[in-house]
Amino acid sequence: MNIQRLFKRLKPGRGAVISVPYFWLLLFFLVPFFIVLKISFAEQDLAIPPFTSLMNLEEGGLLHLTLNLGNFDFILSDDFYAKTYLSSLQTALFTTLMCLLLGYPIAYAIARTDPARRNVLLMLVMLPFWTSFLLRVYAWMGLLNENGLINSFLLAIGVINEPLMLFHNDFSLYLVMVYAYLPFMILPLFSHLVKMDGRLLEAASDLGAGPIKAFFTITLPLSKNGIIAGSMMVFIPAVGEFVIPELVGGPDTLMIGKVLWNEFFDNNNWPMAAAVATVMVLLLIVPIAFLHRFETRQLEGKGND
Amino acid sequence: MTNQHKLSPFLKTMLLLGLLFLYIPIVSLVVYSFNDSKLVTVWGGFSTKWYASLFQNEQIISAVELSVQIALASATAAVTLGTIAGFVLARFKRFPGSSLFAGMMTAPMVMPEVITGLSMLLLFISMQQLIGVPAERGFFTIWVGHTTLCMAYVAVVVRSRLLEIDQSLEDAAMDLGARPLKIFFVITLPLVAQAIASGFLLSVTLSLDDLVMTAFLSGPGSTTLPQVIFSKVRLGLNPEINALASITVLVVGVLVIVANYLMLNSQRKRERAMAAAMRESSAG
Repeated sequence: MNIQRLFKRLKPGRGAVISVPYFWLLLFFLVPFFIVLKISFAEQDLAIPPFTSLMNLEEGGLLHLTLNLGNFDFILSDDFYAKTYLSSLQTALFTTLMCLLLGYPIAYAIARTDPARRNVLLMLVMLPFWTSFLLRVYAWMGLLNENGLINSFLLAIGVINEPLMLFHNDFSLYLVMVYAYLPFMILPLFSHLVKMDGRLLEAASDLGAGPIKAFFTITLPLSKNGIIAGSMMVFIPAVGEFVIPELVGGPDTLMIGKVLWNEFFDNNNWPMAAAVATVMVLLLIVPIAFLHRFETRQLEGKGND
Repeated sequence: MTNQHKLSPFLKTMLLLGLLFLYIPIVSLVVYSFNDSKLVTVWGGFSTKWYASLFQNEQIISAVELSVQIALASATAAVTLGTIAGFVLARFKRFPGSSLFAGMMTAPMVMPEVITGLSMLLLFISMQQLIGVPAERGFFTIWVGHTTLCMAYVAVVVRSRLLEIDQSLEDAAMDLGARPLKIFFVITLPLVAQAIASGFLLSVTLSLDDLVMTAFLSGPGSTTLPQVIFSKVRLGLNPEINALASITVLVVGVLVIVANYLMLNSQRKRERAMAAAMRESSAG
C-alpha cells in the first residue's frame, strides 16, 4: 500500500488530478438537474427561451419570486401522465425480465465454452452492440412490416393466409426493446458467470445433486451480482426510451420518453418537459442509487483482495 | 475437465437462437440494400443503385462529415477525462466527495437520454443568459454532451483494468525513486493502453450513434448523421438507409474483428512472456 501513502503525501497534486473530471461532471451533469428543477416551476412563454423567469427584480429593490406549480398539478391531476409513467415502468420491467430469461442461458453457454471459442462467441454477441442502435431498430421495421420478411415467409410456407399484424403495436414494441437491450444484460451476466469455479458443479454432481438442483443452489446464487447489474443496466434506460416507441410502437403506446420529447419539440413547452423529466428522475433515483451502492460495494470488495 | 466444456442441448439451442435473433435483422438489412425495388421488402432483382445514390446524397455526406468530426473530438476528450477519472476511482479510492464522484460517473450511462439531453440544453440556455457563452447550439454543445456520456464508459473500462493489474510495479518504481507523474506515464499508462484504446473506439461509436441527446443540443446548422437517418426512417422504409446500414455493418465488423484479433494476440504474447519469466526465475 506504498503508493496510497505517497498519494496521501502529495495532496495538492492529487486534488488537481481529481478536480478536472470532478468539475466537468458537476458542471455538465449535476448542476443541469437543478436547472431542470428550476425551470419546471416556470411557465411557458412566447419568448426566447420560451419560458418565464422565476425571479424578477421590481422597482424599489423588491425581489419577486414566482413559482408555478401548475405543471406538477397537471401531471398529478391528469390521468394521462399517471398511466404513461406506469406503462413506461411496466414496459421496462417486462423488457428486463425477458432480457434476463433470454440472456442468462446465452451468457451461461458462452461462459461454459472452452476459452478458445469463448472469445469468438463473445465477439459475436457484442458485434451488434457496436453497430448503430438506430439502424438495428430500423432493421425491424423491414422485418415486421405487413409485407415484411416475417409475413412473406409465413405466407410462403402456408402457415398463415393473411399477413399478421406484427407492427406498430405492443408486440413490436416489446420485441425490439428486448432486442436492443439484450447485450446490456448478457455482458454483466457473462463477466460474473465466467469467474465461477467449475469444480463447484463437479463437486455438487459427485455429491449426487442433479443439474437442476446444482443450478439453483450454486450457479444462480453465485451470479446474483451479475443479475442485479444487468437488470439495472436494462431497466433504468428502458424507462425513458424514446426511439423504439417512436419508430416501432403503436399509436396507443404510452412511453414517458416520447411524451417528454413531444412536449419539448412539438408543443415547445419547455417547463412542462422539465416537470415530466423531474418526476422521471424522482422515479429513477431509487434504482440508480441502488445500482451505485451496489457498484461501490463490488469495487471495495475487489480493492481489498 | 473435459465435461466442463460440454454444453447441454438446451444451452446449445439457446445460444443458437440468441445469435439468430441478434443477426437476422442485420442480415436482412444488408440483403435488401441490394434490392432493385424501391419498396424495400419486395424483391425486384439485384442492384447496387442505392449505394450510388447514397454517395450522391449531399445531405448524408455532409452529415457524415460532421458526425465523424464530433465523434473524434468527443472521443479524444472523453478518453482524457475518463482515464483520469478511472485512475482516481481505482487508485485514490476514498477522498472527500468520492461517493458523489463515483455516482456521477455511473449515472450518465444509465440515465435516459431524454433527461440528460434536456438538462444539458437548459444548462447551456442558462449559461448563455448569464455569461453569453455558448452563443449558439451546435458543434460545441454536442461535443460537451457526447464527452460527458462517453467519459463514463471510458472510466469504467480503465478502472476495471487498473483493478486487474497489481500495484507492485507502481510500488517498485516508487521505491526506486520515480515521481508519481513519471510512474503514471511510464508504468500505469502503458499497462492500461489497451483499455484506453477500446474506450476510444467505444466513445467513437457511441458518439456516431447518438440521436436523442444530440437532438436537444444541436442547432439549425448542425445536423448529425443519426438525425438525418431518423428523419428519413420516421417516414418509412428507405433503401438508401439500407445501403448506409450495410456500409456501417461492414466497417464496424472489420474493425471489431481486427481489434479483437490484435488484443488476443498481445494477450497471448504477454502470457507467454510471463510464463517464460516465471520459468527463468524459478530455475535461477
